[in-house]
Amino acid sequence: MTSGVSGPNPPAGNVGELVAQLREWRAAIESRLPPWSGRALAAALIIGGILLPLFFTQTSGFLEATLIALAYVVMALGLNIVVGFAGLLDLGYVAFYALGAYSMGWFGSDFFFKEHVHVLVSGIAAHEIGIHLNFILILVCAVIICAAAGALIGLPTLRLRGDYIAIVTLAFGEIIGTLAENGTSIHVGGGQTLTAGNLGITAIDAPYFPGIGIFNSLKLRPWYWLILAIMLVVLFINLRLRDSRLGRAWVALREDEVAAVSMGIPLVRTKLKAYAIGAAFGGVAGVFLGAYYTVIDADYFAFTFSIFVLSMIIVGGLGSIWGAVLGALLLSYINYYLIPDVFNSIPHTFGLNFNLSQLSFGIFGFLLVLVMILRPQGLFPERRRKLELTEAIASDDAQLVEGGL
Amino acid sequence: MPAAAARPLALLRRYIGRWGLWIALAALPVFYGVHDLTHGYAAGFAHNHQVIRHDLSLLGFNLVEGLSNGAIWALIAIGYTLVYGIIELINFAHGDVFMIGSLTAAGLWGTLGLGLATGPLGLVAGLLLTLLICMAVCGSLNVLIERVAYRPLRGAPKLASLITAVGFSFILQNVGLLWLGGNPVGVNDLIRENDTVFHISGVIVHRADVLAIAVMVPLVVGLTWFINRTRAGKAMRATAQDPEAARLMGINVNSTISLTFLVGGMLAGAAGLVYALYETNVWYFQGFEAGLIAFTAAVMGGIGNVRGAVLGGLLIGCIQELSDSRLGPQWTEAVVFAYLILVMVLRPRGLLGEETREAG
Repeated sequence: MTSGVSGPNPPAGNVGELVAQLREWRAAIESRLPPWSGRALAAALIIGGILLPLFFTQTSGFLEATLIALAYVVMALGLNIVVGFAGLLDLGYVAFYALGAYSMGWFGSDFFFKEHVHVLVSGIAAHEIGIHLNFILILVCAVIICAAAGALIGLPTLRLRGDYIAIVTLAFGEIIGTLAENGTSIHVGGGQTLTAGNLGITAIDAPYFPGIGIFNSLKLRPWYWLILAIMLVVLFINLRLRDSRLGRAWVALREDEVAAVSMGIPLVRTKLKAYAIGAAFGGVAGVFLGAYYTVIDADYFAFTFSIFVLSMIIVGGLGSIWGAVLGALLLSYINYYLIPDVFNSIPHTFGLNFNLSQLSFGIFGFLLVLVMILRPQGLFPERRRKLELTEAIASDDAQLVEGGL
Repeated sequence: MPAAAARPLALLRRYIGRWGLWIALAALPVFYGVHDLTHGYAAGFAHNHQVIRHDLSLLGFNLVEGLSNGAIWALIAIGYTLVYGIIELINFAHGDVFMIGSLTAAGLWGTLGLGLATGPLGLVAGLLLTLLICMAVCGSLNVLIERVAYRPLRGAPKLASLITAVGFSFILQNVGLLWLGGNPVGVNDLIRENDTVFHISGVIVHRADVLAIAVMVPLVVGLTWFINRTRAGKAMRATAQDPEAARLMGINVNSTISLTFLVGGMLAGAAGLVYALYETNVWYFQGFEAGLIAFTAAVMGGIGNVRGAVLGGLLIGCIQELSDSRLGPQWTEAVVFAYLILVMVLRPRGLLGEETREAG
């Protein structure tokens, strides 16, 4: 895995002792907790999550940042399956976000102006021209479309190894981005174009649920609860997948492809499943954000987006589910709350006439570098990987022998 | 029974494996060549009539432009390929180092007072001086980035340094944004890039084309000599092959890696200067696009291989130029990446690829 030019230095003297001491305390505390404490903590977090918006106004900037962050958590969890579990570096994840968002645009607006399809919608959407499906149905469509696209994109990478996979997925992401941008000149019959390019597909239907009514952008709480529910479902699927037969097959393929295949793991099917499932989650997040932003504009689907989601799972700790959640929350808060809302007011409080928004991606880059240098293994490393890393520190000589082979 | 059915299929498969790539690469120029000869192409107006010509000079012109444009990508791609070969890192900040090179060149011309009125002797001297300064600036910038962002992560998981590379890419883009603002800024057309130098049977060669090739060829020849003939170059090759063994043989691995970044950065600086003269405008986001194209070129040629990077760069330049002039620039990116996927499917290690350490 690592090029192993020189191993990381073991923590020296006092620091090492301190770390060991902390670990001991942690183990002691963990052993004294009752066995249900993990579930109690999870329940408390979920209830806290559900109650959170009640402490903020319906239009609060923090609430908006939080619901966008939760959508990114969904995407990070999806990408984590491909990159973290299966070890296939994917730089084109934006493709699935785009396909999800376009599913929302195609099946939930007046974009296909010649059609009159209405399924389980209410309000204005029930009378307009175009295809209007219920939000849940659109989610299902997006999952199917993205899973198919994910498997399709996975096919040419099956023969490739390492970073060649990265560039092929990147290429697919860019091709989808270009198609989205030039979709205005692709005609699918009768004056109907494929996308609306940089103008954007507008007037996206707001989600409708019986009992809650039609969502609108002035009331953020329903949006928040919707994405929280989606996120919890995706999180649950992820946790179950990790410990399933399929999850173990992914990790086995990641660690040693030849050994895994000789143990009877079907290479093609396992890899394609990773691509398909990861893609499906990206699509789900795309549907939600498409509906929330109410416009589906080709400008969103840039390469930087893939990099942004990839940074989340690497900052969080590759392959670790809680790492992906934490990394996604952290980076989206930095990007959507801390930099625009908090940092920007700093020069003003000191009486300086200086616009910090010009520095926003410089600050973001600096924070990325800082986090990775301070914690190269990520904030919340996967248990298995943590073991590998500590082993490497303990036996530099063994690594040398391995490296020579 | 299956043998008889499988034989034509196997034959086809072997045929595709051997020739498919060359057929795919030749498809665009051959198609448009035949199209030009049979259907002709519009070559401007004369006497209020559109002139339709039936020859290959437009195709030739496309290819010349493509090669010279590709020369710039080749110079950047070498930086990617050298760094990947030695530490297996996709150095995302490399494209932005190239961008800093362009901005430095544009800034220096202003400082030195190089303008449209400068005489030929002053122009040559000034351009050579700025070339050297750009190479020095970008080389040292690249070494600095390696020292700050990649060296501390040498033993860490591989993707950690990918993220610091992305971080530095953002930082450099922000530097460019603060330096020149958010829009492309025009640069004086110092060499009058659109003047014709010569033409061979109707194919026009502009000054910019000559410049790009004239900068690229000596640098690549020099680099090849450096890698193949000098002690430092030998150390680079050894480290790329097996860093641990190289260290045991007494090679200072850290300084060899720094040297690799220095060389890659210098070539990016040269490319930055050529780009500024060639496109006559610079902006902070150019490095991102150029980096993506150059990285694609490096992979297409077979990453880790200098000749492959040059070949990949030139090929991508030609594909881009053909697509720009025939299909429209908005499709170019998709065409380039479609070609990349084809190359990867038909030859998974790139055109001239060798096994890298990880793949092997």
